[in-house]
Amino acid sequence: MAIAGLFFYLFSAITVAAAFMVIASRNPVHSVLFLILAFFNSAGLFILMGAEFLAMILVVVYVGAVAVLFLFVVMMLDIDFTELRQGMLQYLPVGGIIGLILLVELIFVLGSWALSPEAVATIADKAPEMANVTNTEAIGRILYTKYVYLFQAAGIVLLIAMVGAIVLTLRHKEGVKRQSIPQQVARTPATAIEVRKVKSGEGLS
Amino acid sequence: MTDLTPDLMTILPELVLAVGAMALLMLGVFRKEDSFDLISTLSLILLAVAGGLVVFSTQTGETAFNGQFTNDTFARFMKALTIFGSAVTVMMSVTFMKRRQIQRFEYPVLVVLATLGMCMMISANDLVALYMGLELQSLALYVVAAFNRDSVRSSEAGLKYFVLGALSSGMLLYGASLIYGFTGATQFDAIAGVVANGSAGLGLLFGIVFVVAGLAFKVSAVPFHMWTPDVYEGAPTPVTAFFAAAPKVAAMAIFTRVLVEAFPGVTSDWQQIVVFIAIASMVLGAFAAIGQNNIKRLMAYSSIGHMGFALVGLAAGTAEGVRGVIIYMAIYMIMTLGTFACILAMRSKDEGQVEDISDLAGLARRDKLMALVLALLLFSLAGIPPLAGFFGKFFVFVAAIKEGLVALAVIGVLASVVGAYYYLRIIKIMYLDEPVQEFEQTPREIRLVITMSGVFVLAFVLFARPIITAAEAAAASLF
Repeated sequence: MAIAGLFFYLFSAITVAAAFMVIASRNPVHSVLFLILAFFNSAGLFILMGAEFLAMILVVVYVGAVAVLFLFVVMMLDIDFTELRQGMLQYLPVGGIIGLILLVELIFVLGSWALSPEAVATIADKAPEMANVTNTEAIGRILYTKYVYLFQAAGIVLLIAMVGAIVLTLRHKEGVKRQSIPQQVARTPATAIEVRKVKSGEGLS
Repeated sequence: MTDLTPDLMTILPELVLAVGAMALLMLGVFRKEDSFDLISTLSLILLAVAGGLVVFSTQTGETAFNGQFTNDTFARFMKALTIFGSAVTVMMSVTFMKRRQIQRFEYPVLVVLATLGMCMMISANDLVALYMGLELQSLALYVVAAFNRDSVRSSEAGLKYFVLGALSSGMLLYGASLIYGFTGATQFDAIAGVVANGSAGLGLLFGIVFVVAGLAFKVSAVPFHMWTPDVYEGAPTPVTAFFAAAPKVAAMAIFTRVLVEAFPGVTSDWQQIVVFIAIASMVLGAFAAIGQNNIKRLMAYSSIGHMGFALVGLAAGTAEGVRGVIIYMAIYMIMTLGTFACILAMRSKDEGQVEDISDLAGLARRDKLMALVLALLLFSLAGIPPLAGFFGKFFVFVAAIKEGLVALAVIGVLASVVGAYYYLRIIKIMYLDEPVQEFEQTPREIRLVITMSGVFVLAFVLFARPIITAAEAAAASLF
């Protein structure tokens, strides 16, 4: 148990430190790399809680896809981040005060936190015995049956996001060479190559 | 394996909208030529079918998918209203989009998808279902706000709406998680069961505050209104008309449902919040609109004010108050659509589409019908009897006074008096000032909307009875 406790503090300390560095580091590429570090350590925390499926999803989706995409965007867009931060000192006092108020409020809430006594009875889907089923199975059992409506709704949300991205960015410019696979496949040696007799010492002009 | 058929029958209108929108998307992509007209017409038919299914459904109060989705009378009334609003917007957009050279077929499809989100939101009986509907609707709205992507202002409107909308979704989710953490339930009736006996703990109260903040953003109530004027001004005019009509109805419906269905046990706690945002919205809507010169911006402040009036009914927290909210939203939507039809008709012969109030100068001398209807609509928005707008305000104020919220009602009446000033100013400009602009011939469909809305506000007294009865039945289904 002691080892689990040690690992908890290790993971959480690194997560917090990495999250701080995400906003503190000067170089945006470093920020993204620290973000990945934070994701990995959060995944470690999930494993400590016995939620291995969530841990793996976090690594696969957030590190594998989202953070890498972030990295690409940061590298490809030539954004002057020092210029973006020009106003930071100016807004720091106001932002700091608001943040402080929120922090105090959160401490109040968590300090007086009490689960309603009836709540235990209302919990919709209790976690099954972990010894009998794996995480993946437990989620799968309800996701595609009880929550199929929400699952499908999430699908439509993604469809709209896709349509939106296409609507707002796709432009059919004139004079752009496009790849046409049927055209490429339909090429024969007759149209693709040209055989010429080259006289020695002259070359082709 | 359980049988899905009864569940699917309950969500039939949504199913029709979703499958239909996907089919239209395919049709638009695979047809090579410009299919804006075709897809617009088909979208209208699709909305009409879905609307028919909602209105003529024989179901009353069925729930589907383990109670995540409810089809009570309230949901059906509000859905019918929302679908009608969307259909009118699609109809009004056709000519405008073509003149602006942005007639891409995705626009009507996105409107249909947004309507689908609104219907899911109105019928949501669960915090997660609510969030799904809300995101579905919002994502489609962000895209149509930026639909004129070559215009800097339209893109800016879309971006602003997106950033602030994402923030409000975050607040809503945080609040939902606090509520779930306190009650252990996401379904509204289960939450109500836990909350009913015993006072709200601090944690639950925080949850309610965050959820209310998220929803207040969607109805653009003060202090979450900052995005409204900029987005309304920047978005293409038919899109602005859409924003001001259908999504407002849907957001107000879910606002009402969450507070009334999930938290009836702690009415006094959320009542203070609603009273505050109602007062702030009414007052800001009345005063900030005075200095506006752009009519779209003016309508933005006007809609903020109107949301405040509708919230007065919700603040009462009774069946009568909810009835007031329903009637108010129905009247508000038709008045708004009519006013925006007039704004769409403001197309000058020399300068194209114009949006300044001063461009309306002397309208009464050139286009008597439009000036008359616009004057009627503005009188109605100001709440002058015997026009429709007066009855909307009347029902919410009566409900508030019956609950002892006299101060709220008095402030409301005072705010509407202040608000009347800027509506009357437009009428004065139309009737008394010298003409400066010559407007082009108004397209047929817009003329139709203008005439119909004029008839509605004028003759509301005559056919108010069935609307009030329907609203009463709808409100009763929530209690």
